[in-house]
Amino acid sequence: MTPSVRLQEMIRVIRSARTQGEERGIIQRECADIRSQFRQGDNGERSHSLAKLLYVHMLGYPAHFGQMECVRLIASPRYSEKRIGYLGAMMLLDEKQDASLLITNSIKNDLSHSSQYVQSLALCTLACMGSAEMCRDLAPEIERLLRASHSYIKKKATLCAVHIIRKVPELAELFTPSARTLLSEKNHGVLHGAVVLITELCERNPDTLVQFRKVIQAVPELVQIMKGLVTSSYSPEHNVAGISDPFLQVRILRLLRILGHNNDTASDAMNDLLAQVATNTDSSKTAGSAVLYETVLTIMDINSESGLRVLAVNILGRFLLNNDRNIRYISMTSLQKIVQTDHNAVQRHRGTIVDCLKDQDTSVKRRALELSLALVSAVNIRSMMKELLIFLSVCPPELRSQTASGIFNAAERYSPSKRWHIDTILHVLTTAGGDVRDETVPNLIQLITTASELHCYTVHKLYRALIKDIAQQSLVQVACWCIGEYGDLLLKGECEEIEPVQVTEDDILDALETVLQSHMSSPATRGFALTATMKLSTRITDNVDRIRSIVSIYGSCIDLELQQRAVEYNALFKKYDHMRYRSAVLERMPVMDKNSPGHTNGDTSGEIKEPDTSKPKPVEAGLLSEPASQVCDLLDLLGGTDTPLQPSPAPTSTPTTTSSADLLNLLGGLEITPGEKFKDIYIPTVSVYEKNGLSLKIQCDKQTETEVTVTLIASNSTQNDITNFTLQAAVPKSVQLQMKAPSGNVIPAHGLGQVTQTVLLNNPNKASLPCFRFVQLSFLLN
Amino acid sequence: MMHFLLLFSRQGKLRLQKWFLPLPERERKKIVKDMTTMVLARKPRTCNFLHWKDLKIVYKRYASLYFCCALENQDNELLALEILHRYVELLDKYFGNVCELDIIFNFEKAYFILDELLMGGEIQETSKLSIVKSIEASDMLQETMEEYISKPAF
Repeated sequence: MTPSVRLQEMIRVIRSARTQGEERGIIQRECADIRSQFRQGDNGERSHSLAKLLYVHMLGYPAHFGQMECVRLIASPRYSEKRIGYLGAMMLLDEKQDASLLITNSIKNDLSHSSQYVQSLALCTLACMGSAEMCRDLAPEIERLLRASHSYIKKKATLCAVHIIRKVPELAELFTPSARTLLSEKNHGVLHGAVVLITELCERNPDTLVQFRKVIQAVPELVQIMKGLVTSSYSPEHNVAGISDPFLQVRILRLLRILGHNNDTASDAMNDLLAQVATNTDSSKTAGSAVLYETVLTIMDINSESGLRVLAVNILGRFLLNNDRNIRYISMTSLQKIVQTDHNAVQRHRGTIVDCLKDQDTSVKRRALELSLALVSAVNIRSMMKELLIFLSVCPPELRSQTASGIFNAAERYSPSKRWHIDTILHVLTTAGGDVRDETVPNLIQLITTASELHCYTVHKLYRALIKDIAQQSLVQVACWCIGEYGDLLLKGECEEIEPVQVTEDDILDALETVLQSHMSSPATRGFALTATMKLSTRITDNVDRIRSIVSIYGSCIDLELQQRAVEYNALFKKYDHMRYRSAVLERMPVMDKNSPGHTNGDTSGEIKEPDTSKPKPVEAGLLSEPASQVCDLLDLLGGTDTPLQPSPAPTSTPTTTSSADLLNLLGGLEITPGEKFKDIYIPTVSVYEKNGLSLKIQCDKQTETEVTVTLIASNSTQNDITNFTLQAAVPKSVQLQMKAPSGNVIPAHGLGQVTQTVLLNNPNKASLPCFRFVQLSFLLN
Repeated sequence: MMHFLLLFSRQGKLRLQKWFLPLPERERKKIVKDMTTMVLARKPRTCNFLHWKDLKIVYKRYASLYFCCALENQDNELLALEILHRYVELLDKYFGNVCELDIIFNFEKAYFILDELLMGGEIQETSKLSIVKSIEASDMLQETMEEYISKPAF
């Protein structure tokens, strides 16, 4: 048998290993040695072996075979073996292991040992890894120790009781009577333990809290103890940097906070003390700052008088100017907690907080950012935004998205003018476009459409940003959209708020083409650019051919979305090259509603308020049964009045092919009744025409007092595609009809796709009448 | 309440670990790895506080060792710095000008000292003198017993 190597020798050998493999080999040999040692039984070497095993365990190697040895060593009469056994138990056993139950008996015996150091080992181990079972078994013992023994054991028993209460809350009542007597101890260790125990009791049970407050009158007692500490003369034993026992002071303040929370009498009793501590504590070192910090937290959490609160906020303000970064950090954390309740007080320190944005430490920067965003108000929005935008350009990458969204929120709530708002968003997009959320693009577009007087200014700014840099996708998307919409304003060249720069049509098309071709552009961005190019075809006069060529190139693009768009736009050019038709499709977008159903990413079939619909009944039944190939004219309306047809694509009157037009009299019983209570009824899609494989449905999207929005959905279940599909509608005179552009005019076969068209019916007179609509379909089958 | 206390070197080697909560072995290893990565990545003149999950991490570097502990939300971070400092002072007093090697080769004694300072995640004794006395007394007890054992019985 190899002679056992002592612990330190083994450590030296392990450390001298040059590779991981060598170390593993050494450790394997040692573990084998240790195992054989354990098997040999009692020979005085067991404690050394266990110590070696614990070292191996700390290096990360498995050591579970030592668990039973811990149990045996704990039961040994020798102190050295007990000591290492208990240490092993704390390191290797936890409440999940079965072996932990085996030591309960040993602990019980050791708790009544003659030597206080053995008792303390048992207490320490119980407090570290005692499971709920063990705690239940040993609680009476602990309670006895709380009362009987001298201070060394008492303080440990107190903390053991805290652990027991955490594990088994029902045992709290067992310790409550002892806790109150412990408050009158002189020994600081015991006192500290007592305060922790009472804190734990009060936090867990509100009744105990009331008991301590009223019956036991803990507050005056604690105040007394604190006063003693704060005003006492120098005591070398407890002094830390001029503060007498800061650990105890902080714990007492914390308990006072709990006792005084939401209670006026208790809060009054501690007002003087808190003021005294706040003014007298020297905060040049960390110990003093710790006490002051706890004091401030206590003041803010109880019902303190306003003078005291101002004092607390001023202390935090002083902390903000401290050289020590830690203190700056925690003062900002505390200010964050109180910024909602004491907003004005914190506003006074806004300057310092904004300066902290320039600190080098990321944690401090993060706190300063959160606090700055909380301090933005209508009054200081302009100056704060300037600082925040400067911060955005230099801030670390992990804070960028938080800053960007914070800036957007603040801008939305407090922007002084639309132009400022748009400028701010543009600035953010140019500096940190990659870190903004996805909704930013539609939000910004919506904002731009509402600011109609600024269209010229906006499009000029966006154009200039676009030609400078096309890497920021969100910015490029918004810029493309705007150029497509307001390209004509861009060409005009003059705009009051910005220096005039002459922009030619070629310049614009060049810019859009660069975006289309650049490898930096995402597919979505390319889509934006292509649509914008197409829209320009109605807004510019000279270079329409160039646009045609661009669009036709993308007709064979690999990206499916782009290809589809290009093909459809091509169709617009080739087959429907009436200026009227194309311009109608490509005209200016109306002002978008924020949070309209189509606006959000969620489902569009939300709650719809609508009374019932009636089935479509033909007014002139005869006409319906005529499927024939005639181009029928429009029909008889109610009252025979002539309603002007809204700009919707007129059917071509090409006689050649098998164009069949159907006359459809649609009477959707869409009653616009404003007086009615809006009920949240979900209206399913109503099918109004089904014939020859073509079906048309109406879906009601939204109803307000004066208007109804419906969607007409056409689908095709025949073998062949239906092309050139167009819809026309007419309504009675008192109702205004607005038809939006259809999603396309080709309905694929076999129900593979649909064409949808949104129709707005406006009833400004709020007359309650059934609205009848007549719809004319015309299409080409095959 | 402190959840755990770790000591590790600049190379990320663990020198001491004290857990005040029952956690499975795998979880402990993961936490140790997370802590070492997070703390070692900190630049020199940054503040000593971090946020990790819902805990506050307080760390301080003494020579080549990082002392790192995890606190709950209502605990006082500045006080935790004081606690770490108190522990270092105790080690210094015991070993006389303590260095990392002392803690490596006498790790069990470092644990014994820690067990006199902290218990159940809370401070148990606020007087440095008192702790030093108890450690000395326990060591004396151990030595007397050992002497007694190794000498033949008369």
